[in-house]
Amino acid sequence: MSQASNNKIFSNLWMIAVYIFLYLPILTLVVYSFNDSKLISTWTHASLRWYEALIKDDDLISAVLLSLKIAGISALMSVFFGTFTAFALNRYKRFKGRTLLSSMSSMPLVMPDVIVGLSLLLMIISVQHWLGFPEKGLFTILLGHALLGTAYAAVVVTSRLREMDSKLDEAAMDLGCKPWQVFYLVTLPLLLPALVSAFLLTFTLSFDDVVLSSFLSGPGYSTMPMVIFSRARLGLNPTINAVATVTIVVVTIAVIASSFYTSHQARKRKREEAQAYSDSNK
Amino acid sequence: MATAPKEINQPAPEVLLRVENVTKIYDGTVKAVDDVSLTVNKGEIFALLGGSGCGKSTLLRMMAGFETPTKGKIFLAGQDITNLPPYQRPINMMFQSYALFPHLSVWENIAFGLKRDGMPKDQIAERVEKMLSLAQLGKFAQRKPHQLSGGQQQRVALVRSLAKRPQLLLLDEPLGALDKKLRETTQLELVNIIEEVGVTCVLVTHDQEEAMTMASRIAVMSEGYFLQVGAPDAVYEMPNSRKVADFIGNVNIFEGVIEEDEADHVTVRCPECVHYVGHGVSGHTGMAVGVALRPEKIMLSDKKPKGEYNWCEGEVIEIVYFGAHTTYHLKLDSGKVIKAQELNNTRDLSCGLTWGDRAYAHWNDLAMVVLAQ
Repeated sequence: MSQASNNKIFSNLWMIAVYIFLYLPILTLVVYSFNDSKLISTWTHASLRWYEALIKDDDLISAVLLSLKIAGISALMSVFFGTFTAFALNRYKRFKGRTLLSSMSSMPLVMPDVIVGLSLLLMIISVQHWLGFPEKGLFTILLGHALLGTAYAAVVVTSRLREMDSKLDEAAMDLGCKPWQVFYLVTLPLLLPALVSAFLLTFTLSFDDVVLSSFLSGPGYSTMPMVIFSRARLGLNPTINAVATVTIVVVTIAVIASSFYTSHQARKRKREEAQAYSDSNK
Repeated sequence: MATAPKEINQPAPEVLLRVENVTKIYDGTVKAVDDVSLTVNKGEIFALLGGSGCGKSTLLRMMAGFETPTKGKIFLAGQDITNLPPYQRPINMMFQSYALFPHLSVWENIAFGLKRDGMPKDQIAERVEKMLSLAQLGKFAQRKPHQLSGGQQQRVALVRSLAKRPQLLLLDEPLGALDKKLRETTQLELVNIIEEVGVTCVLVTHDQEEAMTMASRIAVMSEGYFLQVGAPDAVYEMPNSRKVADFIGNVNIFEGVIEEDEADHVTVRCPECVHYVGHGVSGHTGMAVGVALRPEKIMLSDKKPKGEYNWCEGEVIEIVYFGAHTTYHLKLDSGKVIKAQELNNTRDLSCGLTWGDRAYAHWNDLAMVVLAQ
């Protein structure tokens, strides 16, 4: 047998192994969400029983809605602050404290969530002690998630800003744009794809965060991961499988759709560039 | 009856741009531009020529308003624009990278500056159409920049910078991003469009051919200041220093001393030969000078020339064939190597010299320029 076909067999086996490792647990969860049994480990027969239970499970539904709300708002905040951080670090002339800001803004990326959560909690408690504000709850969770998200969003926006031709800003100014017009007529439209991916990334981060939320949440504000976590400690309930399956389906559809869209755009662009080249040689 | 010479009726050239003693210092120490003054007349195409880091781009960016001078002033049509931001100057720039807005169509790119001026919609449309036909891009109006070839993108960039009818057009390495074949045609298109509009132009380039073919005047820059300013032929044929002679084109420089200094001729004795220069120079007998001689002004022959001046002898050590002409490297007996360029005016490479041959180089008594040390 030739070396090449050996390699091919090996790479195929490797690929299958990776897929099993990554997706078998998820597949198990999806399959068991259709299990009629109350016990999580024994299969009886297929049913939609736990999906019905999910619809009636007000606690879980409201937790999902709260998580979506927090993820949406904190992602917006992250993109907003992250974009300004990226701008300050990449577009302004060197200013005092630039290096400090640059390293501090990426700190949450490497700092363990537990430590970030704990220190935020301590700070909020002492601020509350002195000012009577803020109450632990929605606002504090948002603060924590936005803090983490800002660091990620800054990284995403920075990489896009770096590859953008800064001459575009000058060209816009040269053609009569005041600086703020340059921002919303040129920079922002070109930055949009990066802003969307920063939003999706920070949305996901917030949506599945359990550590920060546990530290910063107050009574009546339990996010979906917190509810799943606390119920798992009491013994897993198949409703959790159902809610997880719904989440997985939504995420999968979103990911597949977006990758189809990007590859379609890339292919379209390539075609058009080839067209322009052959046009010019006519 | 004699008619008055034509020049008398012509008005004195109107000065559009005046740069007065402009200096730009970066980080408190690096002098990018060093006390430069210049005037550009209305309708002129003026080239700033120099190697990288000579300050030409910094000077252009100060005209555009992207940089402010550390010292000195810039006037446009008599108005002090030194501290005016770029968006308030009636000056537009064409960027080396073109800087076309990738998210806008060709049409919107050209209309971009007009919209900022708050021009009425119908006038914008009219102006954009005019610009599109000027650049022969009518059928590409709805395309995005990435759907155009390099030459087309360049023309979009040009008419975008012309659309606002600027008083002054700045071109930053206008042909730098194109390949050689495309450069020649594009160069002419560019000059035609600029002349049709009649806009005053300052262009920056490191390419002497580009500067010489496009500009009516050239400033040769080095280390932040001007070495020489003048018409292309003047700068090429009468360089005022070794640096200029060396930077523009190829040159052989013979070191020597003035032996005879007359009003109508001088002779310069060099180790290799004696130069008889057919015009007077500002120097004195015994002064050490360099004699600059362009390779294309040297003729090669296998026969010893008559007379005692303006020839030397050597061995052919290198032959470089360029198609239209061939450059011979001649090693003189003193060890000095000179270059001589022969036109290939027949197909059999007529001068018949080959590697290792003894050859005589000779030249006309008006072929060289005498340069001080």
